[in-house]
Amino acid sequence: MSGMERLAGKREEVEGAAELDAGEPVDAALEEALTNFRMSVHAWSDAALSRPRTAAQVVRHRSWRLAVGWALAAVLMVGGLSGGMFERHQRIERERIAAAARLAEQQKAIREQQAMDENDLLAAVDSDVSREVPNAMEPLAQLGAEGAK
Amino acid sequence: MATAGEFSAEEFTCVVERHRPQIFRFLLASTRDVDLAETLTQECFLKAHRNWGRFRGDSSAMTWLMRIAINLQKDHWRNRRMQFWRHTQSNSVDLDEASEWLPSGESSAEKQLLAREQVQRVWESVKGLSERQRTVFLLRYVEERELSEIAQATGLSEGTVKAHLSRALGRVRAELGGKR
Repeated sequence: MSGMERLAGKREEVEGAAELDAGEPVDAALEEALTNFRMSVHAWSDAALSRPRTAAQVVRHRSWRLAVGWALAAVLMVGGLSGGMFERHQRIERERIAAAARLAEQQKAIREQQAMDENDLLAAVDSDVSREVPNAMEPLAQLGAEGAK
Repeated sequence: MATAGEFSAEEFTCVVERHRPQIFRFLLASTRDVDLAETLTQECFLKAHRNWGRFRGDSSAMTWLMRIAINLQKDHWRNRRMQFWRHTQSNSVDLDEASEWLPSGESSAEKQLLAREQVQRVWESVKGLSERQRTVFLLRYVEERELSEIAQATGLSEGTVKAHLSRALGRVRAELGGKR
């Protein structure tokens, strides 16, 4: 055990200085225990202070890191490209759907317009036919009405 | 010609060389962890270096350094309590291992065994002491500091130091007597 040799000489010095506090009756056993404790801590501390220290070498695996870097860059590039293409495809699809919707809307409006024109024409014809009876036909119309009574 | 800063650095280097073993020993006895004691010793001298200009010399450099070491140790235990759920592992060596360091010299095997048992019992008593009692006990019986120095280093009155020592000694005595 290192540091023990130094203790042999130190012991007398420490034992001589093992003066405990005034007012505390100290028996020999306690004094001896405290002296041993003190010397034990001193020995431990001396040994710990003089222990050889080893510095761990940090080995950097540069090539491995480089490969990981490239792989990461490739993944990011592929991800970015595929993301961009997907986005473009989605945009085209949205535009196509919007164009189709616009066309359908226009066609519907045209059909409604045509239907409205036809209805107006029929209404006008009906009105012309039913309301404007020629004067020459008026007596005949009255007769029809009386006969019905 | 050396400037004031250079002179101060030289002076500080001497202080470190002279007092490092004591500071380390006190921290080692307080923590029972060699690595932690080394780290705290480094921190102690780093702090001392930063504040070296403010050291007025009211007390001895040793007492001043010991005061810094005590505060660092207190902070460490406080942080440990805060971090209990995050990190519960301790690197402190167990009492058996701490008691392995024995005075040998001319002692017989029987005496060594007895000494080892005594040292282990004192370690057990120290483990059971409160933080303040332990600090005072170690400064008195390991570092052999005077009561006035302990009072300065801990910031306690001499009466309080005596009271803590008396209680600590009572525990050690009980441990030694009870298991004899």
